[in-house]
Amino acid sequence: MARNASIRRKLVVTAFAWTVGLVIFFPILWTVLTSFKTEGDAINIASFFSTGWTTEAYSVVQSRSNYVQFAMNSVILALGSTFFALVIAIPSAWAMAFAPGKRTKDLLMWMLSTKMMPPVGALIPIYLIFRDFGLLDTRGGIITVLMLLNLPIIIWMLYTYFKEIPGEILEASRMDGASLGKELLYVLTPMAIPGIASTLLLNIILAWNEAFWTLALTTKDAAPLTQFIASYSSPEGLFWAKLSAASTMAIAPILVLGWFAQKQLVRGLTFGAVK
Amino acid sequence: MGTISLKNARKAFGDVVIIPGASLDIRNGEFVVFVGPSGCGKSTLLRMIAGLEDLTSGAILIDGKDMTEAAPSKRGLSMVFQSYALYPHMSVRGNISFGLKMAGMPKAEIEAKVAKAAATLNLTEYLDRKPRQLSGGQRQRVAIGRAIVRNPEGFLFDEPLSNLDAALRVNMRLEIMQMHKDLGATMIYVTHDQVEAMTMADRIVVLNRGNIEQVGSPLELYNRPDSLFVAGFIGSPKMNLISGKPAEKFDAHTIGIRPEHLGISLKDGTWSAKISLAEHLGADTFLHVDAGPCGMMTVRAAGEYDAAPGAKIFLTPEPDRIHRFDKDGRAIRK
Repeated sequence: MARNASIRRKLVVTAFAWTVGLVIFFPILWTVLTSFKTEGDAINIASFFSTGWTTEAYSVVQSRSNYVQFAMNSVILALGSTFFALVIAIPSAWAMAFAPGKRTKDLLMWMLSTKMMPPVGALIPIYLIFRDFGLLDTRGGIITVLMLLNLPIIIWMLYTYFKEIPGEILEASRMDGASLGKELLYVLTPMAIPGIASTLLLNIILAWNEAFWTLALTTKDAAPLTQFIASYSSPEGLFWAKLSAASTMAIAPILVLGWFAQKQLVRGLTFGAVK
Repeated sequence: MGTISLKNARKAFGDVVIIPGASLDIRNGEFVVFVGPSGCGKSTLLRMIAGLEDLTSGAILIDGKDMTEAAPSKRGLSMVFQSYALYPHMSVRGNISFGLKMAGMPKAEIEAKVAKAAATLNLTEYLDRKPRQLSGGQRQRVAIGRAIVRNPEGFLFDEPLSNLDAALRVNMRLEIMQMHKDLGATMIYVTHDQVEAMTMADRIVVLNRGNIEQVGSPLELYNRPDSLFVAGFIGSPKMNLISGKPAEKFDAHTIGIRPEHLGISLKDGTWSAKISLAEHLGADTFLHVDAGPCGMMTVRAAGEYDAAPGAKIFLTPEPDRIHRFDKDGRAIRK
């Protein structure tokens, strides 16, 4: 009896998990399938599976726009913003985890609260700043915005990881004569590698997929893959297959990265949750 | 050389005073033990000497020089932490040599020093292992190796043996004492274990609520405790403390008599008592007795004392071994 009940329970849970997984995965699946259809099939909801598969949409996208340049920008923006964010976030998180002041908790909350504001609220001032300083459509400008955008999350994540590291080890390095910089570089960072790695991965994914600011502040020179996708959306004509092909090409690299980094990400995100 | 002086060193976090003001002079080459119950501020005091905690006021002199504001590494002291605090991502070699690398010592010299320290501590074959692959005792040795390789003026030990099992603890205790003899360096050792304090120290500093209660050699503290607190803390089993009527006969608010300074007789004596429990340790027997107006007392009987619970005995304190205290808990001296 008991065994039957537990098997049934497992079946229900498994079925539920698969359902949730498929619902989450469905848009991606649909996009990929649509990208291999003809434009005619693409707008016909009834033909979930195409009548004739074709790579026509991909060749059109290839010939019309320079994928490599967009992808290059995406890579530079994602890696650049992540790198600079870590350079700022590691010392900040160190200070908050190992030398907390009276208002450290408030500071952390305040940083998080900036993520609660809808970004569109800051669009006009930031757009004006970018215009006046000549930062529109420059990689440096977008890297700065993406870095600032994700900094609160990075500092929070690193803070959580650093809290798990015993302070005595850092004190030992101070007794051993390590300066603050060397303490961070030779002792803290190597010990926090798993946490830093998952923070890095998550931030690359967030920066890669960020669309609001990249669409608003770039046109051509600094335009990443989000612009590449958006350029196939048009008010008229048939474009679903081409749009899907562009989307598939845009998400493919990050999907592969995510796949390889899965284990690291899961470990990082549940770090400290289970002792 | 390695003299360490505290001049009214004070530590407070806002209104919470941890150390109200400690003054102490530690001589070169001395083995000093800070002892006291948990929360008495002994670790804080050690960390202040190390430079890991700032002083609120007062000064710390090392080797005659004012080091109150100096960085930990500039004080010429090494520290062994309770948790060992080894660098988990470095090999044993990396752990021991880290301080030398930070000091910018040439590679060949580092190699030689690490090899020598490893040989002294029986760590040579473990040099390429990571700390997680070592046993507790070996980790402890690495922590000590990291401390001695820098050739410091003084060593600070923060309850270094409390994570080891009992047998290993006795061994390491002997090794640390041997090391002190060989190196001749000043050592400050923090523990809550009064047996460790008694066996290892040249001088013991007893701390209570951040105050230095008494400083003296182990036997001084044992024979002439300045206060009730020290009397109760030093010695095992604890000193019997008796207040009220029986104490008034000795012109004191409280009197103290150690279990080993009570004579036992079946016929007559100062106090009569009823045995409630006997602990047989082989060499000694500890009798827990109900001594009426004197309350519960512990008595040490040499050898195997045949004691039946409920039996009546008489106790007589050795007259010159009675400690007298006034109502503030300070010792009354003749």
